[in-house]
Amino acid sequence: MIHITFSWNLVADVRQMLMFRFMVNALRAGTIVAVLAGALGWFMVLRRQAFAGHTLAIVSFPGAAGAILIGASATVGYFAAAVAAALVIAAVPRSLGGRARSGESALIGTVQAFALAAGALFVSLYGGFLNGLTSLLFGSFLGISSSQVVALLVMAVLALAGLAAIGRPLFFASVDPDVAEARGIPVRLLSSLFLVLLGLAAAEVSQITGVLLVFALLVMPAATAQQITVRPALSLALTVLLGLATVWLGLGVAFYSIYPVGFFITTFGFAGYVLAASWQAANGRWRRASGRDATVAVAA
Amino acid sequence: MGTAAREKTKMRTAVDTADAVRFENAAAQVGGRTIWSDVNISVPYGQFVAVLGPNGVGKSTLIKSVLGLVALSAGSVTVLGRPAGQAGREIGYLPQRRNFDSSLRVRGIDVVSLGADGERWGVPLPFAGRYLPSRRAARERVREVIDLVGASAYAERPIGQVSGGEQQRLLIAQALVRRPRLLVLDEPLDSLDLPSQSAVAALISRICREQNVTVMLVAHDVNPILPYLDCVAYIGRGGAVCGTPDSVIQSQTLTSLYRTPIEVLKASDGRLVVVGEPEAPARHHDRHEDEQA
Repeated sequence: MIHITFSWNLVADVRQMLMFRFMVNALRAGTIVAVLAGALGWFMVLRRQAFAGHTLAIVSFPGAAGAILIGASATVGYFAAAVAAALVIAAVPRSLGGRARSGESALIGTVQAFALAAGALFVSLYGGFLNGLTSLLFGSFLGISSSQVVALLVMAVLALAGLAAIGRPLFFASVDPDVAEARGIPVRLLSSLFLVLLGLAAAEVSQITGVLLVFALLVMPAATAQQITVRPALSLALTVLLGLATVWLGLGVAFYSIYPVGFFITTFGFAGYVLAASWQAANGRWRRASGRDATVAVAA
Repeated sequence: MGTAAREKTKMRTAVDTADAVRFENAAAQVGGRTIWSDVNISVPYGQFVAVLGPNGVGKSTLIKSVLGLVALSAGSVTVLGRPAGQAGREIGYLPQRRNFDSSLRVRGIDVVSLGADGERWGVPLPFAGRYLPSRRAARERVREVIDLVGASAYAERPIGQVSGGEQQRLLIAQALVRRPRLLVLDEPLDSLDLPSQSAVAALISRICREQNVTVMLVAHDVNPILPYLDCVAYIGRGGAVCGTPDSVIQSQTLTSLYRTPIEVLKASDGRLVVVGEPEAPARHHDRHEDEQA
């Protein structure tokens, strides 16, 4: 048995960490998950569909619990629930008119509340499920097999290829739907495709990270990057980098600590967002203040 | 632009094909109800034309039929010498809209760039603007139109954080990126303050003259654009009248179009006030309520 202690020699620490198969797999899976969730999350934040994304992540819980209850594989449950929820959300007419938007969020909220209730019921019907519940909600980041990593990689490559294929028209439809539609871009179809991709990604990722952490990885790096820069390509790249940094740091710190990995990943993500948002706010105030000075100077 | 100039020459020789947009005995239905019929409108190349009429008369529907987004129930519309819907890339379109959300973290220049290639599948290659001549040319064109509309100072800022008039300038730039021969604008002055209204109207007029672009503009108030117009088209349920502003915006013409007594008053500064236009006063009232909500 190797004794694990943290030294301030970081190279030695990392080397020690990589001696463990489960840590190597966790880092591999974390890397794939960070890239996949970052790219989809960037569009999700841009389209202001965080609530839809949260629901798509949450429905994996009743999906998996229900599948286990009826004796099917949990994986089937994750995907079936996420894709079904994506299609339900996509069926609501989404226009940028305020009313349609609030109609959408009301429907999503209703779906989400019912999904959680159904999940709780399935868990209680199954009985003696408590360990499973923890892993459904909080994931099993540190118990990933090599074959799971391969499956995750294949899925992520497919989802990212799909996203790349529709990338530019999706960006157009997200920013300026009226003009996009007049230009002949299938705005509704793109919206549905995006939700299905988001659902697939959420289902895949939540098998590793649990249904609660997946949302953190979708929303936090993207929201932080969009605070830092308004250049689309740069902020997308930054989203992926921030996601990677958060996951690697979280896993590294968790390895030397007794507390759960999800806590560290979320905390680093949150800290990054708070820093970026405060910097942005301070910057805006400074700019406004200097603008006011300029006006005063002109008046004087 | 070269083709537009050639079309202008053609206009002098063959009058029949000289119109950028022509409606012939056109009618349109929305939800099974005919909203206008017997509409005959000609928009000659290079002219600045306003489409006017009270609320609910179907001005936006008329614009959408020019774009080929709405099919006519009778008659025909010819756009740039072809049936509507086949001139896609040569039309620049600015839909009726509210403002961009102030939290949208996308620059004005990105929104303008989407006007050039937004519908192409895939994603732009990183750094392609530096190495591919076609991408570099596209980037320069974007800078050029931003300069043309006078938006260079704020094109790098998030579009939700610039004023309504500045947003409208950027959107006009977006519509102009591909050098359209016809620019179609649906209430571009709506929800702008008065100084911005006259500045944007002057800009549209300048684009029309200098870039030789035919402009069709839907408006509910003719006054900001009145000094620049070549032609107005007033739409009513049973037809349209089309001609110079002086000949159309008259008590007699509008009274016979709407079959209700209408009086056009001229203020000392040349502004026109149309009194008795069906539904118009109620509309102005609603507008203010919407703004407060």
